[in-house]
Amino acid sequence: MYRYIVNRVLMMIPVIIGVTFLIFFMMDLAPGDATDVVAMEYSEEALQQLREDLHLDEPLLVRYFIYMKDLLRGDLGYSYMSQVHVWDLYVQRFPYTLVLAVSSVLLGVVLSIPLGILAAKKNGSLTDNACTVAAMFGLSVPNFWFGLLLILLFSKILGWFPSYGADEGWKSLVLPAITVGIDTMAALVRTTRSSMLDVLRADYLRTARAKGVDERVVINKHGLRNALIPIITVFGGQLGGAFGGAVITENVFTWPGLGQSLVAGIKARDTTLVCGFIIMFVIMISVTQLLVDLAYAFVDPRIKSQYASGKTKKRAQKGGVQA
Amino acid sequence: MSEITMNSNAREDSLVLDIRNLTIHYVMEDATVEAVNGIDIQLEKGKILGIVGETGAGKTSVCLSILNLIPDPPGVIKSGEIYINGKNILTASPKEMNRIRGKEVAMIFQDPMSSLNPVLTVGDQIAEAIKIHAHCSDHEAWDRAEKMLEMVGIPKERMAEYPHQFSGGMKQRVVIAIALSCSPALLLADEPTTALDVTIQAQILNMMERLKGQLNTSMLFVTHDLGIVAEICDEVAVMYAGRIIERGTLVDVFNHTKHPYTEGLFNSLPNIEDRKSELKPIPGLMPDPTKLPAGCAFAPRCPYARPECIDTPQTERSFSDTHRVMCSAYNDPSFKIEREEID
Repeated sequence: MYRYIVNRVLMMIPVIIGVTFLIFFMMDLAPGDATDVVAMEYSEEALQQLREDLHLDEPLLVRYFIYMKDLLRGDLGYSYMSQVHVWDLYVQRFPYTLVLAVSSVLLGVVLSIPLGILAAKKNGSLTDNACTVAAMFGLSVPNFWFGLLLILLFSKILGWFPSYGADEGWKSLVLPAITVGIDTMAALVRTTRSSMLDVLRADYLRTARAKGVDERVVINKHGLRNALIPIITVFGGQLGGAFGGAVITENVFTWPGLGQSLVAGIKARDTTLVCGFIIMFVIMISVTQLLVDLAYAFVDPRIKSQYASGKTKKRAQKGGVQA
Repeated sequence: MSEITMNSNAREDSLVLDIRNLTIHYVMEDATVEAVNGIDIQLEKGKILGIVGETGAGKTSVCLSILNLIPDPPGVIKSGEIYINGKNILTASPKEMNRIRGKEVAMIFQDPMSSLNPVLTVGDQIAEAIKIHAHCSDHEAWDRAEKMLEMVGIPKERMAEYPHQFSGGMKQRVVIAIALSCSPALLLADEPTTALDVTIQAQILNMMERLKGQLNTSMLFVTHDLGIVAEICDEVAVMYAGRIIERGTLVDVFNHTKHPYTEGLFNSLPNIEDRKSELKPIPGLMPDPTKLPAGCAFAPRCPYARPECIDTPQTERSFSDTHRVMCSAYNDPSFKIEREEID
């Protein structure tokens, strides 16, 4: 098990190398560079000096190696734009993204799993169709538009919640969390429903019922646990994605999270900031995925035995197929 | 049909299972599968009734209906009454039903591979039933589950293991341990040994016979293996297309076979004494259960079929107190099947 975890952590290294190179390459393809923002105010000599200071006059590969050399020492470098250390920027922004990510995903989970189970139990009924249509709606409605609608109704007309910023505590959080959460919710309702539909007709649920187990326990203890794997997968993907910052939603609500900063960084050709944030994003996603995989083992003993090494692994896999 | 239920009160009281005129249909969008068509089953305490028939004859539907577990939709119990120890289970509330399931009636399912919950330990799954019906502590339920597991020949050290760590035969024994854990008055065994190899089969049959001896359990033993029927059953019911077409004691059905279909089943068995003799399979297939004929469903495959068999609705005919057959050919007093003539 520990070996498995260490392996997974080591696998992050090539991913980070690949991702940073891609970002450097793509930022280089875009016209202009980080000095464009101040081009109007600086003289040509001053701009040249600035380019040299930031190594912007060097070729792509050289810049990349300079960046990677710093990264190896754990140094994410300074943001071109603000001359503040990228790590400090990250630490300053991350709590906002974390709060938004966790609250929206939790909102999604709390509402969607019971709804998904209900829809599966009443397969084909009006309730089921309503859930399916609502989920379809949630998936297809663009975030920026839905966010604007919420602002229109709850800020402008009703005046219950602020329409921008994060200064009013939980009140500021409500609308962005709903906007991001609607995605998670829609995805999870659909996954829970289809996964539960598979499980509900399983022979082992019949065995449980034949023992005299109460229907509620049959669904929640025997059924849900077997349906959890796809649900956890989608949940992990949503949570991991949310850690990178909800780029569009944060901009709609001027929520001071990572996403907003990232967009500003891209506009200013601030390669160090973009690179630094995305490296952190990669790490967050990898860690979430690792936790998801560990959760599989917790939920399903057949997967747990697959994580074991050597001979036991082969035997367990054979057993898994059998079961 | 009615004379059986009109028997003496003493017999009525000793009936563990009393099914009257049970009809089960599966209603799909484009067709209705007539799985069970008006069957009657009476089973006394401590007796084993074998239900024999081809795949699709409606055997499993009968078992599931006794637990009121016919999947609905599409399954519908069209008519009939099912009494367990005198209680009509089709009108029981879900709560009452949960008290009956596992405690008064338990079922051994056909497919051990998929009948156990893959994410719960074997011990949990046995102890769960005990906890529900014995209302005891977790600890006591676990202890009793350990005893059940040892009774079916699995060391109790394996209680904390999961189904995927067990072989097929061991899983089937766990399924049996679950079914027997609350000493049910009636055990429904739906092809409990079909998935097992012969040595395990013999062990399991021995175990079930022992149970019948010790606990006076009644059993409904569904199988398509006539050898097993001869081994452990007291009575036999032969099912075809949702009807019981011949029933009686073991001697009635095996030695005084009356129905052409039953004869066909025996003829399909290999004969070890005369290996050169050809197997005589029954020609053709079971009729489409969505389009059953008005008369005898077996008529199209029956070597003795007469023109009137096809559309005359069948009635049951008694040949003795115990032996009853559903075959229109016996309207002709001189009718005899080959097997009977040999005897």
